[in-house]
Amino acid sequence: MRLYAAAVYLFLYGPIALIVLFSFNSGRHAASFECCATFWYSRTFNNTFLIEALLNSLLIAGTTAVLATIMGTMASLALQRVKGPLRLIFDALTYIAIIIPGIVIGIATLVALVTAFDILNPWIASLGLGDARSNTLSLGYGSVIAAHTLFTMALVIIIVRARIQGMDRSLIEASADLYATPWATFRQVTFPQIFPAVMAGFLLSFTFSFDDFIIAFFVAGSETTLPIYVFSSIRRGITPETNVIATVVLTVSLTLLIIAQVLTRSRADRGGGKG
Amino acid sequence: MVETINGTVDVEFHGVTKRYGDILAVDDMDLEVSSGSFVSLLGPSGCGKTTSLRLIAGFEQPNAGDVRIGGASVVGVPPHKRPVNMVFQNYSLFPHFTVAENIGFGLRQLKPRPSKTEITARVGEMLELVRLQGFEKRRTWELSGGQQQRVALARALINRPTVLLLDEPLAALDRKLRQDMQIELQTLQRDVGITFVLVTHDQEEALSMSDTIYLMDEGRIIQMGGARDLYDEPINRYVADFVGKSNFFDGEIAEADTSGAVIRLASGRVLRGRNPRGVESLNRNAAGVIAIRPELIHIEKANGSASLTTDVETTARIKNRIFLGDQTEYLVEAEGFGNILVLASKHAESVSGGFSPGDFVNVGWKESSALALEDTSKGGRPTAVPVPKIG
Repeated sequence: MRLYAAAVYLFLYGPIALIVLFSFNSGRHAASFECCATFWYSRTFNNTFLIEALLNSLLIAGTTAVLATIMGTMASLALQRVKGPLRLIFDALTYIAIIIPGIVIGIATLVALVTAFDILNPWIASLGLGDARSNTLSLGYGSVIAAHTLFTMALVIIIVRARIQGMDRSLIEASADLYATPWATFRQVTFPQIFPAVMAGFLLSFTFSFDDFIIAFFVAGSETTLPIYVFSSIRRGITPETNVIATVVLTVSLTLLIIAQVLTRSRADRGGGKG
Repeated sequence: MVETINGTVDVEFHGVTKRYGDILAVDDMDLEVSSGSFVSLLGPSGCGKTTSLRLIAGFEQPNAGDVRIGGASVVGVPPHKRPVNMVFQNYSLFPHFTVAENIGFGLRQLKPRPSKTEITARVGEMLELVRLQGFEKRRTWELSGGQQQRVALARALINRPTVLLLDEPLAALDRKLRQDMQIELQTLQRDVGITFVLVTHDQEEALSMSDTIYLMDEGRIIQMGGARDLYDEPINRYVADFVGKSNFFDGEIAEADTSGAVIRLASGRVLRGRNPRGVESLNRNAAGVIAIRPELIHIEKANGSASLTTDVETTARIKNRIFLGDQTEYLVEAEGFGNILVLASKHAESVSGGFSPGDFVNVGWKESSALALEDTSKGGRPTAVPVPKIG
């Protein structure tokens, strides 16, 4: 039984470990390993296309995470006051945003944005705000950020709301009773209480957005994100460079996920979630 | 401030009603808490006492009526603008703050905000008041229940509120600590001179600490008075039953005047009792009850000769005996009465030598010890119980 479990884990994580190992390849081919050099690392980081794609990804993931965290936190604070059938509808919508496959969100966002741009661009042009020939609104950073924010916001809502529900409601009453205005209560009591969940939501949003290929592929227009770059470079043949990128992304993502996990868990041990 | 005969009044309810859907939590309630007093709202769970407290704090708004604090109506005023502070049932200390930060929280909300040195000084005073010096930097979850309770008290008192509200503050403590805290709370209240309004379901807590007790049921005040008034002069069966232990002999009111009533039991026996309300006589032919406290019943060996000290006497058989240490509780069965609970003092036990189950005894009481009461549990609500002003 133990052997069986070990085999499963090996099957799951062996290839990932292999990618990390192969990123230290000194040969020219991704699939055959010659030990050992960091040569491909320096080469990868000197690739300007790749660096541009990486910066694009960081910009998109960063903006997405900030927007999703702010709007998701606000939404979950508001949703706790919603009762009855309306609450059910919002809950369902939140889960749907996560359950729907990325490819559907990608296509749907693409169609919606293109349609909206087609309607809006002539208006903007007629108001004299943009160039009449080239379109003011087009696919790019904005559309990727919008699409990513859409589904990562749902993640934030679910994480933060779980924390709000676990929070002792009487703390808010105690704060109000001690002359704190609603805003002061939010700043001094509610926010510190939900902060670990907000932070976890932020990191998860960042990771999801950073790793996403499918949605970005549909709505990025002419922009290239890191996953899109990797995908297209694979079609030109796999070099150890791909392994290097995979290793770097893996390290960053894992670190963020672990931090998120630690943050959501640490507060529970300290009596923070009483009641 | 409203001047009354008794001095200033800090909290007033005028016909306050609070509904949750179909449930009437507080029903046309009037309340008057005079300045500097220790008042308890006592009653079983669901009687509306906590809702009343939350109406004072501002967490709930009345559907009808007026709530006044210090003479000014506070209907529609949010909690953070009311000069009251509350000690919550589970203390609700902020887990992300230290003890000192918790206590100073109220001061930090004031505008203009007091200086750091002033806050530190005031927090120090409060810590001294609740005897928690040296605990400033502690985290609240490191404290014991009793210590958390004191932090909650200090936090609520630091702004010197007009009224301090306490929601079952001792419920989470064990028995010994609860008794210590009762004394401590009472002393504290005298020291700071702030009006305390306490909500509790524990009659012992209410009796031992408060100047005035409001006994509530189904959103209404059934009786208001001092501990002695409620215990010795309960106005109906509900009060006699809730406050302390009583023997009840059910029957029908045969005769009644303002001083007392005669009640005919199902067994045909007629018993006389005082009318503690003293203002109006009970309704004849209505369901009535004779109530006698177990400690007011005399118990002695059945030797045939009637005692001179009691007005009503009957023979009975001991069914059960419970040794309570300072007292002994007997459950006796008497023909025509059913079961009677008798409390014998240590002194009485030393005279009589005590009894064992199966022994035959004489039990009896003075008519002045028996109360003739309306039985509201059978006849529904009493028709407008006049609350006598006592004291």
